Amino acid sequence: MSESTNKPQGSLARIGLALAIAASVSACATGTNPRDPLEGYNRAMFKFNDTVDQVALKPVATAYKKVTPSFVQTGVGNFFGNLSDVWSAVNNLLQGKGEAGLQDVVRVSMNSTFGILGLIDIASQAGIPKHNEDFGQTLGWYGVQSGPYLMLPLLGPSTVRDTAALPLDITGDPWRYKDPVNVRNIGTVTRVVDKRAALLDATNLMEAAALDRYEFIRDGFLQARESKVFDGDTDRRDRKVPKNDTSDYEPEYEAKPQPANDAPAATAAAVVAPADLVTSGSNTVASEARPQE
Amino acid sequence: MKLMKQLLAMATIAFATAAQAAPAVEAPDVLVKRISQDVIDTAKNDKAIQAGDIKRVTELVESKILPYVDFQRMTALAAGRFWRDATPDQQKQLAAEFRTLLIYTYSGALSQIKNETVEFKPLRADPSDTEVEVRSQVNVARGEPVPLNYRVAKTPAGWKIYDINVLGAWLVETYKSSFASEISKGGIDGLIKTLQAKNKALASRPAAKAK
Repeated sequence: MSESTNKPQGSLARIGLALAIAASVSACATGTNPRDPLEGYNRAMFKFNDTVDQVALKPVATAYKKVTPSFVQTGVGNFFGNLSDVWSAVNNLLQGKGEAGLQDVVRVSMNSTFGILGLIDIASQAGIPKHNEDFGQTLGWYGVQSGPYLMLPLLGPSTVRDTAALPLDITGDPWRYKDPVNVRNIGTVTRVVDKRAALLDATNLMEAAALDRYEFIRDGFLQARESKVFDGDTDRRDRKVPKNDTSDYEPEYEAKPQPANDAPAATAAAVVAPADLVTSGSNTVASEARPQE
Repeated sequence: MKLMKQLLAMATIAFATAAQAAPAVEAPDVLVKRISQDVIDTAKNDKAIQAGDIKRVTELVESKILPYVDFQRMTALAAGRFWRDATPDQQKQLAAEFRTLLIYTYSGALSQIKNETVEFKPLRADPSDTEVEVRSQVNVARGEPVPLNYRVAKTPAGWKIYDINVLGAWLVETYKSSFASEISKGGIDGLIKTLQAKNKALASRPAAKAK
């Protein structure tokens, strides 16, 4: 446990970097959505990512999906999925979710052996469910609020909290330590392409459904992420993060622009302070910045 | 003989009323379960749907799903506080266009159903509740199960779905800020126009590829 509290401090520099980005772009923030004060920057980054996707990643993923036999695709997905279960196990255990954590441990040991290095996901077939957990979710589980929406270069939608957790997630990825380097790099590319290929149908669908893709993805992502943190258990979420019921006709929020300078402060509070401090303390900036979930 | 006939008649009447009463008292989770099972079975076994025939899919949606969805309410929630400012005519148009958009979207999703199975979780609700959340998950061949929840409300015409949650994101909530920004740009009519344009583009889209 002491390790877990030390590590975030080790990545403080990176949090600082994230905040610096946040601060530098908040000057040109155009967002009227309280959860997205960095909309100006985020939209620019979204456009950049989208261009990269359209030009490079999507065509490659489409070809991969068309050409590669489906058992190969399943094998690739399972292999990297098995690796990511290691980090899921750690995070489930950090969150005190013993059963899920043990399931992950069993999954990794079963799939790595009987499943031939993870190529076959026999654990799922045996009814041991997969959980995708990461350190951002662990922070969220203990009440760290997500902070503003943040679009990362190449990596896509995130939040300030999850970005701060990212260095640890990268450290916790077993493939990172694969030698030699060229095998590691080829593997990483394959992993990304395979992941994109698995999402093709979903993104095509999203293109059809969205009025404004940026907003659609943002609002979908923030909700999905929030729900993931609490494993879909709204009761626990409501205990941690008091929020208004969205299921009535009342206006949700007044779209009032936030003073630009408040954004970094709110961000810092949201990253560093657990929810209890934010809500029970006098720091109203943070809670004001995100009145709507 | 006469007695037999009378008995038979009475039985028929009893049966008929029971059959009529049944849909009214059907529990919300039973209702959603029945619809989704029906839709999945049809989608799986219909070659045209699997091939992405948008017309067939739309027929399926219109006959099996739409009668149980409260589009008026769904649209009102997505429009939020702007709903009350809209004239009844605008409300009608808005709901109709939103409905068309959702049909197109869900049609795309339905043609992708293959080996998925749906598992329903026990309903956590009081018998007196008029609004409940029905929770289920779709077990997919690869990866984590996909949570799929429904908000269902009791109406004079029986239980009706008014919001859907996929992967933790509510449909209404996801459309809300898009609606708000369109309305702030061009008013309710602006939003209606945008939806119309979107639907037109989707309608003229080359026949959905089945992949």
